[in-house]
Amino acid sequence: MTQPWPWYASGLAISAIMLLLIFFGKSFGFSSNLRNICSMMGAGKRVKFFDFDWKAQRWNLLFLVGAVIGGFISKQWLGSGSPLALSEATIADLKSLDIPFDGEMVPSAIFNWQYLFTFKGMFIFLGGGFLIGFGTRYAGGCTSGHAISGLSNMQLPSLIAVVGFFIGGLVMTHLIFPLLFS
Amino acid sequence: MKSLKYILTGVLFGIVMSKSEAISWYRIQEMFRFQSFHMFGIIGTAVLTGVIGVWLIKRFGYKDTEGSLIVFPVKEKGWRRYLFGGIIFGFGWVLTGACPGPIFVLLGQGYLLMIVVILGSLLGTYVYGIYRDRLPH
Repeated sequence: MTQPWPWYASGLAISAIMLLLIFFGKSFGFSSNLRNICSMMGAGKRVKFFDFDWKAQRWNLLFLVGAVIGGFISKQWLGSGSPLALSEATIADLKSLDIPFDGEMVPSAIFNWQYLFTFKGMFIFLGGGFLIGFGTRYAGGCTSGHAISGLSNMQLPSLIAVVGFFIGGLVMTHLIFPLLFS
Repeated sequence: MKSLKYILTGVLFGIVMSKSEAISWYRIQEMFRFQSFHMFGIIGTAVLTGVIGVWLIKRFGYKDTEGSLIVFPVKEKGWRRYLFGGIIFGFGWVLTGACPGPIFVLLGQGYLLMIVVILGSLLGTYVYGIYRDRLPH
């Protein structure tokens, strides 16, 4: 339980969560919550896209609250205590970008408040977040809604979206990262 | 009590995302550098078993806990919004090392910096809402 889970157990658990939500009469799609929160904060008064009954999506917001609690529980009681087993090749690649591997979930060289308040830090965290919010709503879903739910239902639009995720991810990793972290 | 089952499913999601290390910035880098099978294995297993699960539900016409027949939403046809939106999300995914779910799981793990990513993602969602009608879909 405290050891990192192998990929097959993790994959099975994710599809179990999707099926559980389906049996509850809902669907697995996390990024909808960003729209729900906008609506909850009153964005519907200004923009039509947010003018809907967000209370019908209360279940998904509760799921979000659960996800935060799940993260807390994992960190407090289910940690393995050993460093992340990242591949040597990735460690070497990141080292050449001046991002030392520290064995945590995220690199402390970037994920700190001092770095946040630099131009690059703002670009990564605020800008990256912006791209996630804009892109997922434009595409109508994220990894859960398209890659898991959509592909499980063999939806061509979801396959196109997942191809898009990978094009964006590959371009960012291989073309933009070397410029950003040089 | 109805609320509880959604919270508990969310808790399970948070634990799975943490224990699978899918919330790790490093794992996302490793995936996009094709240097480990780990993330591909997770997504592949989830999709493969998901396809079987969805097929079984359709084949046997299962009902949900509310008693209504389970139907699956058909995604709107087209390609522009999926490709363009997908690419934009892909940029953000690699920059922050997290997709929407993991952002919140990491917050729960104590990475308070994720609040900034959440603010950015809400802003991005809001801006999309404003320009929605002017974008190719």
